[in-house]
Amino acid sequence: MKVKIKKWFDSGTPFVWLNAGAVSVSVIMVAGLIALIAVRGLGHFWPADVAVFDYYVEPNGEAVRLMGEIVDEETVSRSRAGNPDYAGESITRDLIKTGNRDVSGLDFRWILNAGIKNRTYPDDAMIVERREWGNFYGYLSGLEIDGQKLSYNDESWNSFQQAIENNNRIFDEIRHIEKDLIGAVNYKMERLRLKQRGLELKEKDTPENIAKLIKQREALQLEYNSYTTELEELYGELNRSSFSAKTANGKEITVGFSKVVRAYRPNAMNLLDKCFFYVEKFWEFLSDDPREANTEGGIFPAIFGTVLMVMIMAVLVTPFGVIAAVYLREYATQGPVTRLIRIAVNNLAGVPSVVYGVFGLGFFVYFLGGSIDEIFFPESLPAPTFGTPGLLWASLTLAILTVPVVIVATEEGLSRVPRAIREGSLALGATKAETMFRTVLPMTASAMMTGLILAVARAAGEVAPLMLVGVVKLAPSLGLDGNAPFLHLDRKFMHLGFHIYDVGFQSPNVEAARPLVYATALLLVLLIIILNLTAIRIRNNLREKYRAAEQS
Amino acid sequence: MRQNNLNEKVEFFEEDPVSESSVTTPTHSIDMSSIVKHDGVSNLADEKICIEVNNFNLFYSEKQALKNINLQIPEKKVTAFIGPSGCGKSTLLRCFNRMNDLIDGIKTDGDISLDGKDIFDKNVNVADLRRRVGMVFQKPNPFPKSIYENVAYGLRIQGISDRRTIDAVVEKSLKGAALWDEVKDRLDDLAMGLSGGQQQRLVIARAIAIEPEVILLDEPASALDPISTLKIEELIYELKDRFTIVIVTHNMQQAARVSDYTAYLYMGEMVEFNDTSTLFTNPSEKMTEDYITGRYG
Repeated sequence: MKVKIKKWFDSGTPFVWLNAGAVSVSVIMVAGLIALIAVRGLGHFWPADVAVFDYYVEPNGEAVRLMGEIVDEETVSRSRAGNPDYAGESITRDLIKTGNRDVSGLDFRWILNAGIKNRTYPDDAMIVERREWGNFYGYLSGLEIDGQKLSYNDESWNSFQQAIENNNRIFDEIRHIEKDLIGAVNYKMERLRLKQRGLELKEKDTPENIAKLIKQREALQLEYNSYTTELEELYGELNRSSFSAKTANGKEITVGFSKVVRAYRPNAMNLLDKCFFYVEKFWEFLSDDPREANTEGGIFPAIFGTVLMVMIMAVLVTPFGVIAAVYLREYATQGPVTRLIRIAVNNLAGVPSVVYGVFGLGFFVYFLGGSIDEIFFPESLPAPTFGTPGLLWASLTLAILTVPVVIVATEEGLSRVPRAIREGSLALGATKAETMFRTVLPMTASAMMTGLILAVARAAGEVAPLMLVGVVKLAPSLGLDGNAPFLHLDRKFMHLGFHIYDVGFQSPNVEAARPLVYATALLLVLLIIILNLTAIRIRNNLREKYRAAEQS
Repeated sequence: MRQNNLNEKVEFFEEDPVSESSVTTPTHSIDMSSIVKHDGVSNLADEKICIEVNNFNLFYSEKQALKNINLQIPEKKVTAFIGPSGCGKSTLLRCFNRMNDLIDGIKTDGDISLDGKDIFDKNVNVADLRRRVGMVFQKPNPFPKSIYENVAYGLRIQGISDRRTIDAVVEKSLKGAALWDEVKDRLDDLAMGLSGGQQQRLVIARAIAIEPEVILLDEPASALDPISTLKIEELIYELKDRFTIVIVTHNMQQAARVSDYTAYLYMGEMVEFNDTSTLFTNPSEKMTEDYITGRYG
């Protein structure tokens, strides 16, 4: 028996099993992780049916009529359920989303499953997504369009949808004027103010110069006034329409159309309608700004901020890392000093990222940024321009965080370029620098890309240092827009990783935010995968080209 | 075929000075009896000297790799260095274009001059020197670029960017390296796709594209199959009209076939230098005779 086991051991079979097991566990964990966040996150956008039922808090007490989506279900012990009068040691309870925060104060409720009676799914139960106070659940009861009251009839739902569409168009126009047009005017105004202040500081505020500025300002003011009159008109149009609706227990409220994003009746939708709705909701999530303290709407600014920051970081880190690696490997005399530097570089990769955040805040933001403000932007002081966390500093901090990865990968690539190729180039009369630029560095390109892939993967997922050097919960404007100089490196930005933290832990409405945490996490993972796949594709093309040379 | 042309010029010796078994790398059918007696080979005194080596010593940190070498390499002739492994023949060759500068811890003394000018002089630009003294290595080392760009590399380094000039030089060089017919339809393909022998001829084309005065060949055929070797040898034979060629080889038959002059090195010392037929048929040193007859090496 002993011999048999020893033989089995020596045959190597157990190790094969061990290895295969380890691989399987890893694969299952990764797949499970992605599956979990995908299911939890993507399910959020599906229009769930709205149930209407009588709820008895106690078996023989008074019933409350409730309407809402059943979001979650769990079985808890009697004491955790608050020792209700219903029988049983463990009690099932449901989490329902009842909305109507403005009416009832709560939009999520745990209720006991046993207390639910007379559950129905009426076709005319509607959900209204609003710009404030969360969703409304109830029945449509009346319309007032352009100041004209319409009583409820069969056509009401269609005219309701029509009105929502019209008013959303007006709302979009208002937002365009407020954000883009008036935003641009304000931006120019601010520039003029700074210009004037700059002239004062340089003591060049001659009457002619000032007069010129005043003239420009007057022109802007005129533009601004025309926008405000236009806005007033639009607001007036928007406020002329409203609708009234009844909650499940008969309370009536009136809501202006300016507050409505969309309204739908999930119980009356067929599968195709639901699919369309799903796509629409998901697209909104990808492309829209967040609403209601980030618990509703989209996360476009966060996606945009993440991608922009990672790109700026890549642009900064690649030349840095490559130059450092070329010097270390090709020019520096190999000895104890270079070895020491290499050890230091490798250790740098292991420093906790929040430490880089502290460094970035102390050195980049306060020292560098403060100096830049004093030298280049004295006109806007004491308000800081670069002396405050922003896109540039966040990118730079992450560049420092990831530069060791690029250095190590590039050095690896340089050491793989065969000596014969270098000698071949030198023998043709090329200098060392010419050999580097014409032959060695092109051959190292795939290794640099590998470094960049690792750097991007690390940077895109990093949150801790960013909280110190530029990420905010809600950024009023994107880092890239139509106002010159287009790329605003001094602005603060939103980031998917921080958005997850913010929505998950800092949200006033935890239940509403939870699915968004999963959806955002999924998006972050997808974003990193997309960035990586792009880089890997480029690298593989490069590698294909040089593989033969490296083997010779 | 070239080989036939070569054979026509061969005078066969009555006696076989070397036994079959002594051939170190029997790559193909010619045995030692078929030593080429080249036309116009005469005493070194009649030749114009291209490279001159005087009392040259070279040290790898402590170890002395070349000991007091004195040598004169004639212009527009093929000079071969033979000798056992580690005897310093490649080291010596790499001194002519200062390729050894790349290796740390090398010290030299004595001098080497090219056309009468010391190549170790402070004022010598190493890149310029290497333009005048081209080199082909043991293993083909084409760059991971297209065939065209490989040949154009040296020109581009010199700052020549006129497409027509480069086209002409590429064609001329590839023809000169007897590769044009094989690659003219695929000049934009990667050089890595060529066979080993083609790659080596491409490297030679690359070297001759910048019109050097001297071409150094460091065992150019040792990594190649017999047919490719033959082609390289024919090429060397043709190139010597235009270039001074120095070749290091392990293959004594090859030295005998392609070279006009041969130097035998042993343990960093130059044992004997003479015109090839004399050295192979009537060596003046016992050590040389031992080596070429296979008693040593």
